[in-house]
Amino acid sequence: MIDKTVPSLEVAVQGLEDGMVVMVGGFGDSGTPHELLNAVLGRGCKDLTIVSNNAGDGDRGIAALILHHRVRKVICSFPTTAHNYAVREAVERGEVELELRPQGTLAECIRAGGAGLGGVLTPTGLGTELAEGKPVIELDGRQYLVERPLRADFALVRGWRADRWGNVVYRYAQQNFNPLMAMAARCTVVQVDHVHEVGEIDPMQVHTPGIFVDRVVRVEREVRA
Amino acid sequence: MSRGWSETEIARRVLADLWEGAYVNLGIGMPLRLNELLTPEMGIILHSENGILGMGPAPPPDRRDDDIVDAGKAHVTLIPGASVFHSADSFAMLRGGHLDVAVLGAYQVSMRGDLANWKRPGQRLAGVGGAADISVGARRVWVMMRHLTRDGEPRLVRECTFPLTASRVVKRVYTDMAVIEVTEHGFRLLETAPGYTAAEVAAATGAPLALPEGVGG
Repeated sequence: MIDKTVPSLEVAVQGLEDGMVVMVGGFGDSGTPHELLNAVLGRGCKDLTIVSNNAGDGDRGIAALILHHRVRKVICSFPTTAHNYAVREAVERGEVELELRPQGTLAECIRAGGAGLGGVLTPTGLGTELAEGKPVIELDGRQYLVERPLRADFALVRGWRADRWGNVVYRYAQQNFNPLMAMAARCTVVQVDHVHEVGEIDPMQVHTPGIFVDRVVRVEREVRA
Repeated sequence: MSRGWSETEIARRVLADLWEGAYVNLGIGMPLRLNELLTPEMGIILHSENGILGMGPAPPPDRRDDDIVDAGKAHVTLIPGASVFHSADSFAMLRGGHLDVAVLGAYQVSMRGDLANWKRPGQRLAGVGGAADISVGARRVWVMMRHLTRDGEPRLVRECTFPLTASRVVKRVYTDMAVIEVTEHGFRLLETAPGYTAAEVAAATGAPLALPEGVGG
């Protein structure tokens, strides 16, 4: 009987060790697994490489990991959110290495990683400093940048509903990078608001099929005042 | 008396060139002025890079939903007919040439249509976000910006001195002084804002400006 639910956030991030590559879903606060990130912080892992669209804002989530000196490298598209002092100061100190990829390239490289592809050919970034150090190839008379796929040891994903087999449904624009990252990691952990028995989720509604998911943990949705 | 177009008037001028059924992406900053002018009857469908097609205006404070935000992470709404999707699909819409128009802000635009809008020279930490994919992929890239910098320097230039977001992509530029088209041969004046002559616009433009018939000096 497959049951991927785990009883706690601590169990959900077991096996996440120093030096690992960790993908973190979300766009700003939307679809960001803040509670799983807190559990990673509590676990004490360091030298992490974080793959995420943003690089943390304020003192929560990825920013908290950076402020506690747990992050060695960030691969992202947009580290310049309004309150990004954590990543900005860590990069200035030379503590955190930053690798910038255009948002669409980042998404597609993660998808390619999950899909077993050797890379992505994209026109995005050609003729700009975003192309520096990257191979350019010509196919059928058009030029493309070759971008390498991204894979991770862990993916921290936030969904809305999941069943015990790990089938996940996302809420509105919570999807963003989450379904892509779920495919691209050796261990995918999903935090959801609701856990369902197998059969309760309509197969036509499933966004992330359970084959991509290793662990499901239920976290009460925080109610904002 | 002030001359030229206000930001809202520039937005209104851009809106006049859009059409019912157009799929449009609005960049952060001045282009968001368009969102304030749109009504459902116009039938313009807004795309947001984080995975929304059919984005509506900001909700009242008591109707905010943290899972319905725009590219600037501000709360928005979904109009009837809206859809949501993941980031790879969102950028497939952009890069794949499905989006009709992207209206973007910019630091500089060159006479070849090069776009510089993500990073200042020497800026150490900069974020490109979706700007590079959007400007490479949209069928039409229109820029909305002030004609001159705060120091009075032209933003329409021969060569961008700011780092490029994409090369040879901008088709049209809407400023407080004029509407300018980017052609194979460089900038071409389409229209001047009230109070400006073509000669004044040309003098404020850092590259040759072709004047079409009927736009007087």
